[in-house]
Parts: sequence; C-alpha cells; structure tokens
Amino acid sequence: MELVCPAGTPAALEVAVDAGADAVYCGFRDETNARNFPGLNFSREEMAAGIAYAHQRGARVLVAINTFPRAGALALWHRAVDDAVAAGADALILADAGLLAYAAEYHPHQRLHVSVQAAAANPDAIGFYVEAFGVKRVVLPRVLTVPEVAAITRAVPCETEVFVFGGLCVMAEGRCSLSSYATGQSPNMHGVCSPASHVAYREARGRLVSRLGNFTINAFAKGESAAYPTLCKGRFATRDGAGYLFEEPVSLDAAALLPGLAAAGVTALKIEGRQRGRAYIEGVVRAFRKALAALAAGRPIEGAGLGALTEGQSTTTGAYRKVWR
Amino acid sequence: MPISAAAVPTVPFLVSLAVRPLPLGPLQPLLAGFMAAVTRRHPRIFERLGPHAGKRFGLDPTDLPLAFVLAPDPACPRAVAVRELPAGLDARIAGPLAGLVGQLDGSYDGDALFFSRDIVVEGDMEAVLALRNALDDAQIDVARLAAAALGPFGAFAEPVLRGALRAVRTDDRVARRDG
Amino acid sequence: MQLTLGPVLFNWEAPVWRDFYFRIADEAPVDVVAVGEVVCSKRLPFFAEHLPVVVERLAQAGKTVLLSSLQLVTLERERRQTAGLAQSEDFLVEANDISCLHHLAGRPHAIGPFVNVYNEATAAFLASRGARRICLPPELPLSSIAAIAKGVPDVDVEVFAFGRAPLAISARCYHARLHKLTKDNCRFVCDRDPDGLPVETLDGEPFLAMNGVQTLAHACTNLLAEAVDLASAGVRALRLSPQRCDMAAVARLFRDVLEGRREAEPASADLARLYPGAPLANGFLHARPGAERVAMEEATAFVVQGMGRRAAPPAAG
Repeated sequence: MELVCPAGTPAALEVAVDAGADAVYCGFRDETNARNFPGLNFSREEMAAGIAYAHQRGARVLVAINTFPRAGALALWHRAVDDAVAAGADALILADAGLLAYAAEYHPHQRLHVSVQAAAANPDAIGFYVEAFGVKRVVLPRVLTVPEVAAITRAVPCETEVFVFGGLCVMAEGRCSLSSYATGQSPNMHGVCSPASHVAYREARGRLVSRLGNFTINAFAKGESAAYPTLCKGRFATRDGAGYLFEEPVSLDAAALLPGLAAAGVTALKIEGRQRGRAYIEGVVRAFRKALAALAAGRPIEGAGLGALTEGQSTTTGAYRKVWR
Repeated sequence: MPISAAAVPTVPFLVSLAVRPLPLGPLQPLLAGFMAAVTRRHPRIFERLGPHAGKRFGLDPTDLPLAFVLAPDPACPRAVAVRELPAGLDARIAGPLAGLVGQLDGSYDGDALFFSRDIVVEGDMEAVLALRNALDDAQIDVARLAAAALGPFGAFAEPVLRGALRAVRTDDRVARRDG
Repeated sequence: MQLTLGPVLFNWEAPVWRDFYFRIADEAPVDVVAVGEVVCSKRLPFFAEHLPVVVERLAQAGKTVLLSSLQLVTLERERRQTAGLAQSEDFLVEANDISCLHHLAGRPHAIGPFVNVYNEATAAFLASRGARRICLPPELPLSSIAAIAKGVPDVDVEVFAFGRAPLAISARCYHARLHKLTKDNCRFVCDRDPDGLPVETLDGEPFLAMNGVQTLAHACTNLLAEAVDLASAGVRALRLSPQRCDMAAVARLFRDVLEGRREAEPASADLARLYPGAPLANGFLHARPGAERVAMEEATAFVVQGMGRRAAPPAAG
C-alpha cells in the first residue's frame, strides 16, 4: 500500500519524502485548498520546486484543490488546476463536480482523484465520479467500517485511499457547515474549519477556556490535555447530559487495522495534518513506514504509538470499528 | 529527534537563578545579530507571515527570568529582551525555553506542545499560527545563527551551542524513557 | 416565487407526520412539497405505510410533489432504497446525495440542499444531466446565489428560507450516544425531540440542535426581509423547513410578504410568535456567521448592494 503524506510547507514536503512517503499531498497558498491556514501552503514556484524534489527521489506529489469554487470567481480555481498540471503534479485532488468537469475537459490526460470533501461514501456515488470524469482514485470519507471499505473497494472501478492517522472529522466531510454557523468561514467555501482568526483562549477561574466566534467551545482544568476549539470536538450540554456530545478531542490511529485495510484491497493510506509541523510529519511517516514493513514481513503491528503528537493526547480507530457509530 | 512532547525539559532552577541578576543590555546586540542572520538566510519567513509580519509577539520562556518581544517587520525585524512582557502585544507564546527553541529548529511540533499544555498561547491566534508555520518551514539552525550573531567568537561558540542543544535532547530522551 | 415545503427532518410519530401533511394539503399556500426520509434510514419504515396516501392527498390538492432521497448512504439497504426511489416515474425525485444522481442521469429530477452546489459551473453540469430544480446549500451567501441563478436560467433555483438550518450529517448517531445506546439498538430515542434536542454551550447559551445523525442550527432561518429581493436575484422558490409550529401559518406569512400584503418587519415579529422556541437568523445569506441576525435595514441595504454587484459583468471563466 502506498503511503500518502501531508505537507503544509516546502520544508515539510522534503521531510515527508526523506522519511519515506510514497506520495505527498499539498496545496496552493489560497482558498482553493481545504487547509487555507495562515503561513501555510505553496507558492507556484515552491510547488514546482517541491515536485522536482519529490520526483528526483521517486515520490509523487498530489495537489489538493479541494474547496468548492466560489460562484462568480471560478477563474481562481481554474488557474490552480492549470498551474498544478503545468507544474507536473502526479494527480489533482478535487471535490467540486464543476471543477472536476473543467479538469477532465481541459486536461484529459491528468490523473484525477476525488477528495474526501466530495463525501463519496458508496459505490454509486463513486461510480458517478468515475463515469462522469474518469477519476482514477477516490479518498473515502471517514464514516465507513473496514468491511464497508472492503465492499466498496471490490465494487468500484477505481482505486481507494483511506485515512489512517491524524485529525478526525466526526461529520461527513464536505457536508458540514458548523464552522460557518459560528464564524462565517467554512471548509467548503474558505478552506478552513473553526479558523484561528475566530479563536480565543483565556484563563478563567483556573481553567483554560476556548472560544470560537461568540461561542464557548471548551474549558480545560489545570493539567488536563488541551484541544483546539474545533466545533465538533467541544464540550456542550443538553437536557439529557453534557460533555463531548459529538466526539472527544482525539485523533485517528488506524495502524493496528493495516492488515484489514490491506486485505480490503485499499491502494493508498493517507495521513492527515498539512497544518502540522515537521516534527509531526517526520514522526508519523517513519512510524507508518515501520508499520508497513512489519506488515510486509508478517510481524504484528501495534498502534503507531504517537499519542503525544495527537489532539487530546489520545487516539481512536474511529468509524473503522462499528461501535464508533 | 524527539517526536514526543511527553517531557519538555526545563532550564535547571539553579541556572535560572544564576542568570537572574545579569543585566539584559549585553543580550541586545546578540539578538540584533541573530535577527539579522535570520533575515538574511530565511527571507521566506516574511513572505509566509504576510499581513502578520507587522504584529508584535511576546515570547516568554517560563523557566528564565526574562522574555522577548519579537516584531518581524521585514523592513526592520527586531527582537528585544525584557524582564516582563509589555501590554499591548498581539500575541504571547509562553513555555519552557527548550519548547520554544525546539519549535524554531523543528524538533518539536507546536500543536503537540499546546495539546500537552507545555506551551500557552494567547491573543491573535491567526498571527501565532502564521509565525509558527513560517518558522517551521524555515528550518532555522539555532546554533549556527546564534554563533553568527556572536561575530568573531562565533566559530568557537557554535560547537558549544550545538552541544548544549544536543544535551537538551538527550535529557528529553532520558525523561521519556523514565516516564 | 414558489414556496416549497421541505421534508420533515425530525422523527415524528407516524400519525402526526401523516396529519401534518394532510393539513398542508388542505391549508398551506405552498406550491411544492418534498416528502421522504432524508436523515436516518431507520425511521422510514414507521411512516412508509402513510407515504402513498400523503403523496396522493398532496397531489390532489394541486401541490407538486418531490420525493426526497437519503442524505448519507452507506449501507447496502440504503443503496437499494435510494436506487428504488430513483426509479419513481410519477414524481420528481429530489436527490440529496451524489449516489442518487448516479441513477437519475438523463431524466428530469431535483437537487436537494445536501448536494454541494456552490457555483454556476456545478449547477450547469447538473442541469446538463437533467436537474430541473436546485435547492442550494443553506450556507451560501447572496452573491453566490445570484451568480448561480444567473448561470442556469432554465433551472428553478431555491433557497432555504425558514426553519433550523441543517448543518451536518454523520455516520454516528448523537442521540444514541447521548443515551449510551448503540446506533443499531438506538430505541429511536430521537423521537423525544421532534424539533431537535437543544445543545447549549458550557455557558448555557443555546447553540445547536441534535437530531440523531444530523446536527442543525439552534436559530431558525428567516429570510422574510430578503424574500422579494431574492426573487429579483433570479431565485424562483423559497424552502420552508418543517418545525413543530403552525407551518400553514408560516407559509401564509411568506406568501403575504411576497405578494406585498405585509411588510417584512411586522411579518417577522409574527413569525417569532409562531415559532417562539428559537431566535431568528439570516447570517448565512449576508456572508456572516449563520447564527447571526442581520438587522432589517442592513439586510435590505445588503441585498440592494448585492444586486448592484450582480449587474456588473461576470468574472472571467
């Protein structure tokens, strides 16, 4: 299985390639990609240089242009597609049907992948993208169990890629407006979720309180692991109980499930975290290289053992096990 | 390279006590030299900072009796050592010196240090994120640039500084094994 | 301007569900009614027996009926159910997931608010495959709505104008999780909250509403102030999403404002009285946080400004 690793900066791309990534995914420094964070992402020159660096070392670069183009401003997204193709991207990761249509029409030989943001969660949806745009791979949403991943992989005429580590969307990706409800900025439109510009931390009565826009998302006691105020991982209250109603601030670690994913016929394993530092990228890529080597040699695989790098300092196998639902 | 933030070493109390009475004045030319070296070698930092380059950051090593005010304005980047951070800064990043330096050279992941509560961030989160991402991309060689800042003595100082940074990481490995 | 009654998003008791639609058929001045289970496939069997009679009653009352498909399709049973729905010959199917579109290609159909249509290129692509109506995602601002409507003049573009805006869908059931049940053995606890379970922040501020696998806004969308101007932006239908209140009266308020019999401001005050459980909001349309309510004068000014932008030549591409 191919290891697909994140890179938010040229330095991270080099670290990922050097640590053993088969492919690196990254995006341009604007709202065309779903990690449109301050100080992150690639200029056109950096993208070309990054692709050259990867190609010299036998790694591929997948360019994510996976937000939904703003109506009346399609040119920005079209230019991103054109420039990624010109830079020699090995594949484009796209989510919007209109943009897929553009890429398929103007760059018919370019390899296209369906982004997780397209929420193609079953063979019919995936079949739609294959038939309409000739896509070669689909990144599966993080809502599926391993047996479901296997059934889909058997049923579809393209490759499948699944997330194995990192931040975890609890909601179906690309179908969530929680962030724009609180801040006016959304993953689909602006490439940000719970954006830093709307985040505030303050100490109150011995607790660290995190707020997003006008809403309190969480409060941490002294010594308790903190979390970024991502909406779906906050503490809330209802008549019937309070706490982490949607999800705890945990990260996905599916290292222990690699044998099942291999048996399922999955082509590529994806690590989340384009917004994370080089230390994270290097640690996670090396750990998964080791896990894949163990898998190939028939040795047992444990969790990646990267708890300290993760949000909430703890991990989950997420939707891959049915009990999560 | 430590990938875990499980135990960020702190400057020993006695060392901290020893530097307390020292005047901050002599630090200033060193900081200026360090900033000049960073500016010369890593111009991409300012491009990444974009609109956040005009902001003022407080860097507060909680295990040292001093702090720094960083103003990464590309026209005139400045870092000033202070006893206490002034009011009116855009953002403050506080934590053990090793954690702050470790983010500069990429040995620590900023998110991980925050999740584990080893570092505390306050104020303009967008600016903090931009600074962190810009620095992470820059791969600053702290020992080399600090040595450069020392001028003619730098050549002698660099191995010492490098050794000191290595010692910090050795401490970290020990701490992790013990933990 | 048409008024569309969206599908009931909550788990209502089957007789209540049936009687709700009977009353809509008899009393509500809506042109289009979308029916079907959109949120959770486990709920469908409860009201499936009433579906034929409800559809017939609505059609007899002169309503255009849309059959709404499931939003998140992962199970084999859900795939079969969606494929079966897509074969319907008698009524237009409203696709809420790409997988449903797979079965509808080349035949006239409607697109629901859960399919991502964010721009004119996607709208045109879907129209080329048979989409005749498109209800846009609730988070879209007016500038996008106007550009899309202009881009697909043959398509009836619809905007979410009343009700708690649906914000997210998940494979995980939050109602079951809250009650420490598994999704497979959920005991249908979501039926205790026929208007959504209020979710508050730690400060006790109302924030969201929980509805099984779906998460909605706590605030209730109200686009009465913008209704007339949306029409001039090329929008042809407003969607009213059922809440536990007098939906026939809600529809009459929108009708009155659209036809100039009422001013938007007093009508909004009436709306707040009809649905007192949640504050009214219109932030999404104004490119503001969805939870916000942009004041009436500001809202009107914004719409006028939006129209000005729309009149300018379209951007390249």
